[in-house]
Amino acid sequence: MRSKIAGRVWKFGTNVDTDQIIPAEYLVTGDPAELAAHAFEKARPEFAGEVREGDIVVAEENFGCGSSREHAPRALIGAGISCVVAKSFARIFYRNSINIGLPLVEAAIVADDGDNLEIDFKSGIVKNTTKGVEASFPPTPAFLQKLIDAGGLVEYTKTQIKNMGM
Amino acid sequence: MTMTIAEKILAKKAGKSSVEPGDMVEAEIDYVMVNDITGLPAFEVFEKFDCQPLREKTILIPDHYVPNKDVASAEQARAMQMFAKKYDMPNYFPVGTCGVCHQVMIEEGFVAPGRLIIGADSHTCSYGALGAFGTGVGSTEAASAMALGKLWFKVPESQKYTVKGSLEKYVMGKDIILHIIGEIGVDGALYKSMEFYGSAIESLPLADRISISNMAIEAGAKAGIIPPDEKVFNYLKDRVRGDYAPLYADSDADYSEVYEYDASEISATVAKPSLPENTAPASELSHITVDQAYLGSCTNGRIEDLRVAAEILKGRKIASDTRMIVVPATKRVFEQALSEGLIKIFLDANAYVSGPTCGACLGGYMGVLAKGERCISSTNRNFLGRMGHKESEVYLANPAVVAASAITGRITDPSEIE
Ligand code: SF4
Repeated sequence: MRSKIAGRVWKFGTNVDTDQIIPAEYLVTGDPAELAAHAFEKARPEFAGEVREGDIVVAEENFGCGSSREHAPRALIGAGISCVVAKSFARIFYRNSINIGLPLVEAAIVADDGDNLEIDFKSGIVKNTTKGVEASFPPTPAFLQKLIDAGGLVEYTKTQIKNMGM
Repeated sequence: MTMTIAEKILAKKAGKSSVEPGDMVEAEIDYVMVNDITGLPAFEVFEKFDCQPLREKTILIPDHYVPNKDVASAEQARAMQMFAKKYDMPNYFPVGTCGVCHQVMIEEGFVAPGRLIIGADSHTCSYGALGAFGTGVGSTEAASAMALGKLWFKVPESQKYTVKGSLEKYVMGKDIILHIIGEIGVDGALYKSMEFYGSAIESLPLADRISISNMAIEAGAKAGIIPPDEKVFNYLKDRVRGDYAPLYADSDADYSEVYEYDASEISATVAKPSLPENTAPASELSHITVDQAYLGSCTNGRIEDLRVAAEILKGRKIASDTRMIVVPATKRVFEQALSEGLIKIFLDANAYVSGPTCGACLGGYMGVLAKGERCISSTNRNFLGRMGHKESEVYLANPAVVAASAITGRITDPSEIE
């Protein structure tokens, strides 16, 4: 993962549940690209058509609550989302995202749709360059960074297995 | 640095002298369990690793849709069987040898104080009743743990629940946890580890403590831990696999929240549809008729639960408009119930008795509710449509309330029919 990213904001509110991210009727595939075609289909019908590679999702508290479906972070990866910034995340969504390689940032940043965001993972600063405000966030724990850099838990596990000579 | 039980276990398993809430650790797993539903995706991920599974640490238990209810579930169960064969897995418990996964894990001696156990099933938190850190994970994580024997964790904050005093007759561990969830809500312990203390908890049999830890997830908790005592050590004699070392919280450990309850003020409690936090005393719901009474599951399918229900059902008949289904959680529970004459009591009362399975608990098969039907159930979830049609209703209660309600055909506090 790059240490700095910049992207355009898609803004959401509180308690965005996994049903909103990817409705249950599309859980017949695990393919990120196919899932992405239906991401936020009910909550933000324009999302799938207008989202661009590198865009950033910004939300309030408890992002990703509800079921444990790994399909939710997969759909966001498939849509090209580079990072989700939220005040807080639901536990299983957090785990699933990290495990499949979707960067998450726990920060309170003021933002609206279309604003430009810069995230510096090294310094732990997220800047809204459109509004001229910024917020800090705790650095990603070294272990999770390793996991994300490796491309998620499956890739990480493969590397570990190689290193252990199993 | 002082630590809670959860912190002690995670620190030890991560090879650190101490951890604090929010820390990320990579910890050694004692065991990883998958069931027939979560197993299949885990096996698919595992095959990408091109390695051997940690055979002794991996436990395979088909329970949700077995005996196979249809072709799709048959394929799932078969995938587990094939995986077990391919890698010559020693801890595979096929139909006829086992039962509901969490009770099997406990009975077979995998669960012991101080251990860190993960399961691709949310009620893995049940193991906290024996002083273990048990928590639910996803299938990908389970697969990775099967290969590496370790997994990453965020150290949760801990909450302390103290329950003092003694419970009235027919009030059980189930009522304590329903009462607590009724007060703190279904997100009252989100991300956190619940720890349970006090004279009421100490006096509870292990079976009741398991019901409490089992439902920690219904308050959003990551674990629900009870400090292990003589009852646990005695239970583990001749049963536990390997050594174990109990871990206890420091007396001045930090808890994010502290709650106190008086057991004598807790009555036989029912959680109304469609959330476990919707609680009310059973005595206030006596106008609600029930079409089905279900006794079983990882929450209340143990021999102690069956004894309580049999005592009430003995010499009585199930109400004519109500059906009762009794499912001992495991083969061992079934055998014990048979030898104690409990099965005969259930059959004489006109209850339907089945071999161990999760079936009805998750609305999978055998015991599915029709539109508008109501079930009084000893299980742990009463979500919309959990046991059948989306307009059917589930009321959660302890085994005594389930048995008493089966007799009267309406929700009944057992003290009413004594
Ligand atoms: S008995 Fe019910 S709650 Fe327990 S593991 Fe089976 S389906 Fe899940």
